[in-house]
Amino acid sequence: MNATVDSVAPVDAAGSVDSTVALMSARGLRKRYGNVTALDDADFELRRGEILAVIGDNGAGKSTLIKILSGAEQPDDGEMQLDGAPARFDSPAAAHAAGVETVYQNLALSPALSIADNLFLGREIRRRGLAGKWLRMLDHREMERQARRKLSDLGLLTIQNIRQTVETLSGGQRQGVAVARATAFGGRIIIMDEPTAALGVKESRRVLRLIRDIKSHGLSVVLVSHNMPHVFEVADRIHIHRLGRRLCVIRPGDYSMDNAVAFMTGAKPAPS
Amino acid sequence: MTDNPQSYRADGDGTGVGTGDGAGAGDGAGAGAGNTVAAAAVHAPAHEPPLWRVRHFFHRHPEAVPLFVLLCSLAGFGLALGGKFFSPFALTLILQQVAVVGIVGAAQTLVILTAGIDLSVGAVMVLSSVVMGQFTFRYGLPPAAAVACGFAVGALCGAVNGFLVARVRLPPFIVTLGMWQIVLATNFLYSANETIRSQDIAAQASLLQFFGGKAQLGGAVFTYGVIAMVALVAGLQYALTRTAWGRHVYAVGDDPQAAQLAGVSARRVLFSVYILAGLICALAGWVLIGRIGSVSPTAGQFANIESITAVVIGGVSLFGGRGSIAGMLFGALIVGVFSLGLRLLGADPQWTYLLIGLLIILAIAADQWIRALAR
Ligand SMILES: Nc1ncnc2c1ncn2[C@@H]1O[C@H](COP(=O)(O)OP(=O)(O)OP(=O)(O)O)[C@@H](O)[C@H]1O
Ligand SMILES: [Mg+2]
Repeated sequence: MNATVDSVAPVDAAGSVDSTVALMSARGLRKRYGNVTALDDADFELRRGEILAVIGDNGAGKSTLIKILSGAEQPDDGEMQLDGAPARFDSPAAAHAAGVETVYQNLALSPALSIADNLFLGREIRRRGLAGKWLRMLDHREMERQARRKLSDLGLLTIQNIRQTVETLSGGQRQGVAVARATAFGGRIIIMDEPTAALGVKESRRVLRLIRDIKSHGLSVVLVSHNMPHVFEVADRIHIHRLGRRLCVIRPGDYSMDNAVAFMTGAKPAPS
Repeated sequence: MTDNPQSYRADGDGTGVGTGDGAGAGDGAGAGAGNTVAAAAVHAPAHEPPLWRVRHFFHRHPEAVPLFVLLCSLAGFGLALGGKFFSPFALTLILQQVAVVGIVGAAQTLVILTAGIDLSVGAVMVLSSVVMGQFTFRYGLPPAAAVACGFAVGALCGAVNGFLVARVRLPPFIVTLGMWQIVLATNFLYSANETIRSQDIAAQASLLQFFGGKAQLGGAVFTYGVIAMVALVAGLQYALTRTAWGRHVYAVGDDPQAAQLAGVSARRVLFSVYILAGLICALAGWVLIGRIGSVSPTAGQFANIESITAVVIGGVSLFGGRGSIAGMLFGALIVGVFSLGLRLLGADPQWTYLLIGLLIILAIAADQWIRALAR
């Protein structure tokens, strides 16, 4: 059910990907919560092999956009395309099946479950042979082994015990677990809603490196962040969200951080 | 946090974090052979605070506290009563007395693990047993077919509960409160308050009393009902701890939104739990016929409260996501030990209720303590 390496965009000899093709796009998204309009005719476009940053004020609707793209919420109106074909994720599991993985802003971890259980929640590994097939027995050891490896690969945490429950972790460690989960299953689109918000300097750098690493393998990343230096450091394009819709998309080379913030807050009119 | 910068694998070594380097779920194959992961030094903890360890131990082994209480109460009554209590006969009598509650408690545990509660378990149990009896004696169905109908009725009640909780998103307490009344009334209306006598069942449909059958081992007497309860608890313990479905039950009870975002269908898990609970209640109804011999619409009146008591004393959190089915069994046995022990001591039965009440409050306090330390 997971996207595998085969589904990744072809990478040419120079290591760059044809990055003008829209991999995932959306048009006219609307979402209302009661009388709050979170998304109001929002468009979105993620290209193959790029890092797209999404910035915007608090309450601009970034997380709502992410939730719709990842199948966690359904839009009231608007349509989505994946690989040029109409797509609709009616659950996060459907998005996973299409290779879309997400780190949610609230992390979406189960506090009373262990780190390993959280990493594999919804995609558990069964034992080989009869025990797995007929008794549906889980391979706890294999899941723990992979979880340990994933976390040490990320270098995000020194996990004392992979069976430790998530509620015993610090905020930053939890964020590390959520990032590890989103990158562990070979998705081709990784969406991260403020993945570094609770991380220290060193840990943030690791996540930024991870994001570049993901890109270097031809995968695409959506990065929601309030941290302008981070955004300008890694993003290929920046989607500026304002008042529930996409205001504009800029390239970090073309504008300064101050300009981006001015567009975002409405202090300056958006470039056409 | 680690000080080891190499614990992050360098770029360009041919495997990528994002490219599913062997971590694909389902393949179970593990790391690709050519993977050059720099093995990160995962530092051993200097030391863990002892309280953290205690809490963590209880979290990992939620049945440890009720097991300890059970052993203490066994030892206590054994000392006070000697051989009268510590005989194979008396000890297996306790098992026989808790068999029905233990089975209903298994259904209750499943529902409570999802942060719900099922007030209708006892009524569904009795209705199933009445259906098994009446379908045999009123309509002349073969007993096996009548038993199957009893299970179907249990599953149907569970499905209605599950639909209302999982799909319509009504609170489980209210849904099952309503279901309790509806099933109870249906039960009396349908059976016309009529009891099917034990002798008639034994003569014409002994299959209905199957679980009253006994296996004797010296002085120890194991009814098939007891064996069914132990097998059920063992099976569910396996399913809850060793299968994906079990992990999902805990995850949904812990935080349904998080489980849903992780890719678990919370709705499907809830629905399956309520249907399974209904089926288990039907099994309890069948075992109940074996236990009392007759089919009576007034039997098992307190099964819902007794099952909640077993679950709570068994260390299962009413807030969901914590506890174990084995703990529930220990909880049910604690109640059984106190009832028989105090009876043998000649005490007023009210003492049993008083002590059980105390245990319930202590168990809830312990649960709060374990949860509070988790923050
Ligand atoms: N579940 C919800 N119920 C009601 N209102 C909501 C809900 N989710 C979001 N909103 C509202 O929608 C608007 C957009 O919220 P959203 O979380 O998408 O903003 P955001 O851009 O991610 O902000 P932040 O930078 O603070 O994370 C806000 O006004 C918020 O109050
Ligand atoms: Mg947000």
